[in-house]
Amino acid sequence: MHKEYLMGNEAIALGALAAGVNVVAGYPGTPSTEVLETIAKRRTDSTYVEWSVNEKAAMELAAGAAYSGARTMVTMKQVGLNVASDPLMSLEYVGVKGGMVILVADDPGPISSQTEQDTRRFAGFAKLPCFDPSSAEEAYRMVQEAFALSEEQGTPVFLRPTTRICHGYQSLEVKDPEEYLVHTPEGFVKDSKRWVIFPRLSYANHQKIVQRDEQLSEAFSTYPGNSVLDFPAASPEKIKDAERDIMDVGDVDCGTLTLGIAASGISYAYALETLEDMTLRHKVKLLKIGTPYPFPEQLAREFLENVDIVLCLEELEPVMEDGLLLTAGRFHLSTPILGRRTHTTAVAGENTRAMVNDLLLTWLWQGYTSDGKTCSVSSSVSPRRKTTEDEKEKAPELPVRPPVLCAGCPHRASFYAVKVAMKGKKTVFCGDIGCYTLGNAMPLDMVDTCLCMGAGVNMAQGFGRVEPDTACFAFVGDSTFFASAITGVVNAVYNQANMTLIILDNSTTAMTGHQPHPGTGHTMMGEIVAKIDMEQILRGIGLTVVETVNPLELKKAVDTVARVAAEPGVKAIIFKYPCIALNSEKAKQLRTAGPVRILPDKCIQCKKCIRELGCPALVVKDGKVAIDETLCTGCGLCRQICPTGAIEGGDLSLEVGDHA
Amino acid sequence: MRKNIILTGVGGQGTVLASKLIAAAAMEKGIPCMSAETIGMAQRGGSVFSHLRFGEGVRSPMIAPGEGDILLGFEPGETLRMLHFLKPGGQIITAIRPVIPVTSALSGGDYDGRLQLEYLKKSGYPILAIDTDQAIRDLGNPKVINVVMLGAASETGQLGVTPEELKTAIRNRIPEKLQELNLRALDYGRELL
Repeated sequence: MHKEYLMGNEAIALGALAAGVNVVAGYPGTPSTEVLETIAKRRTDSTYVEWSVNEKAAMELAAGAAYSGARTMVTMKQVGLNVASDPLMSLEYVGVKGGMVILVADDPGPISSQTEQDTRRFAGFAKLPCFDPSSAEEAYRMVQEAFALSEEQGTPVFLRPTTRICHGYQSLEVKDPEEYLVHTPEGFVKDSKRWVIFPRLSYANHQKIVQRDEQLSEAFSTYPGNSVLDFPAASPEKIKDAERDIMDVGDVDCGTLTLGIAASGISYAYALETLEDMTLRHKVKLLKIGTPYPFPEQLAREFLENVDIVLCLEELEPVMEDGLLLTAGRFHLSTPILGRRTHTTAVAGENTRAMVNDLLLTWLWQGYTSDGKTCSVSSSVSPRRKTTEDEKEKAPELPVRPPVLCAGCPHRASFYAVKVAMKGKKTVFCGDIGCYTLGNAMPLDMVDTCLCMGAGVNMAQGFGRVEPDTACFAFVGDSTFFASAITGVVNAVYNQANMTLIILDNSTTAMTGHQPHPGTGHTMMGEIVAKIDMEQILRGIGLTVVETVNPLELKKAVDTVARVAAEPGVKAIIFKYPCIALNSEKAKQLRTAGPVRILPDKCIQCKKCIRELGCPALVVKDGKVAIDETLCTGCGLCRQICPTGAIEGGDLSLEVGDHA
Repeated sequence: MRKNIILTGVGGQGTVLASKLIAAAAMEKGIPCMSAETIGMAQRGGSVFSHLRFGEGVRSPMIAPGEGDILLGFEPGETLRMLHFLKPGGQIITAIRPVIPVTSALSGGDYDGRLQLEYLKKSGYPILAIDTDQAIRDLGNPKVINVVMLGAASETGQLGVTPEELKTAIRNRIPEKLQELNLRALDYGRELL
């Protein structure tokens, strides 16, 4: 064992390696990405790792490997599970031979996602066991337990951390590589009665699964990841002391009350620290749920029987709360259970420490009445800490900083070229998932819709069916194109749509931190491989108009858009220029020009560059247009739109080529 | 002893690296650490933060408002944004160089960080304002402002780790060709006090 400072995702990766994982596949997505990246960096000789083309491909690949007896892991973010849900829902019935862990990272907030969906619900829906860690350290432990359980039960198992677990760092003890379990797959044993899904098999296995989950619920009641901690009430003197700092304390006779807090994930960590630090007026029992499915019903029942009232602290869906409600219903327990369903806690967004602190203060200090059978809040007092702060001088306004495309980002040039070329025409611009969603920001304002990975290509066809006089565009990134846009193009060509596909090819998966994809020519195993050529794919599907152009050659780019968009049917433009944050040697060679300069004599302060491009490197300093040299990459786009030629320097030798 | 440090800035200013260097220095002494930071879309020029906590009894990486011992801000507006995290008497260490947001340039706004800095100075908290414009000129590199700030913070004696411990962390964590520059930046920050 040795100590490391690890991000939760890194801890999960090292836990999987310690469990002898053989095959790992996934698709990048915040907050899950670093799991697979860490496995690639620190893998053993017996680990295969890949970024698959999408989550469905990853899940199916992992299933095949698991049928062969390999220990496999598949990684994705919560919306990725929607893509992978088709194989998942059948795999549930078939099961696996080698241990299979499905790592799905949820994103309360949401901070970097389209939805606040809850994978714990998905686990219940798919009837698959689910672990929900409350720290990086617990995630490290749970992933190893998940492999063991998966193999023992012959079923895929979920590990479902949330953003604060995935991206939180912690110093923790991990195994040395010599201590890793070595797992040697037995190989696939043909047995069509086991591996081929048919209605009869599904019926038979459905019964077994229900029975298994009932047994697991019982076993999980004694699993250390589910627990009840007792906190005694403070001494009367300490309570008196604390009352001096707390306002609006309700009248209460609380000598015999026991308040229950049920918590999961990061909310458990918040609650634990608060309870350990706070002077407690009542006895408190803290229930931790580490396995939301199957729900540890026996443990929950004992908890409910020994507390007078319960507050649930969890994020996203009221999964744990529902588990408690169901338990209370089944065993006729009258313990009041408060949480999201009673609007006692927020129904959306993430729980913060401030929220948990305030809630617990209110909850633990307000008045209660108890008739011996049920307990309820006695009055509407809401205790809060006294503050000594006087009315402070009003703070000045803070700068608003929405995320924007980077200075020098080629997407800015691509969007601008389309905007200029289509000015005055009736258009709809369907966006997609990636950095280029930020093309929606002012002043570009070039993303009219964004739904989910690959949706834009099909949506553009839908708009065209209703409004045939509209020029319909779909913008899609290179990685998203491979992940889920190709079938959309096939659909468009086959069904005789009229649309322009714009591929924003920056030679990487930028938003999630530069992962390779089929168009980049390298893999996570470090191999250099043939690039899959998007232009050839499009021509293979049947497009006859496909043009590749460097978006930073603005005039050529605008002309290309005007010409191509006027063609009938499905046509495509590939805007090719590497991500400005990409640090490959070839990409770096493209930006050796240094920042552009403003010629003060020529600049008439019309601010066209600022108004039309919204580049973070173009700023106003002392009322005048200026270049922030720490940000400018010298892409030269602003130089090309300056009406008086007042900007010089920047990239003059622009060539379209392979830059990854 | 528990230490709660809030680091804040604009995406790209090296908030995360600064946080990791402090954590590495603390871990070297065997102190348990936790931290959390902004990752994802907001890194593209948005407001970013890192919460860093070490010592016994820390259960989660997040700092609650009013709990911070030190607020280390790489941009004056961002420092002010996080001020409520500081406990009474907590130390502010802020850069004075503003990063002008695109929204400000577009709307004809006049944000330059001066008002925010003035407010911080009058806030009643002990404050150390670092002339980061001068530091960029003297060091010739805007990318090491984070380490300049760390140097100043460690010199106050309140960071929980010493300048020497941070130097060891720099030697262990930063690629060799950048070490000299970062060590120079750290010393530059220390000498500002």
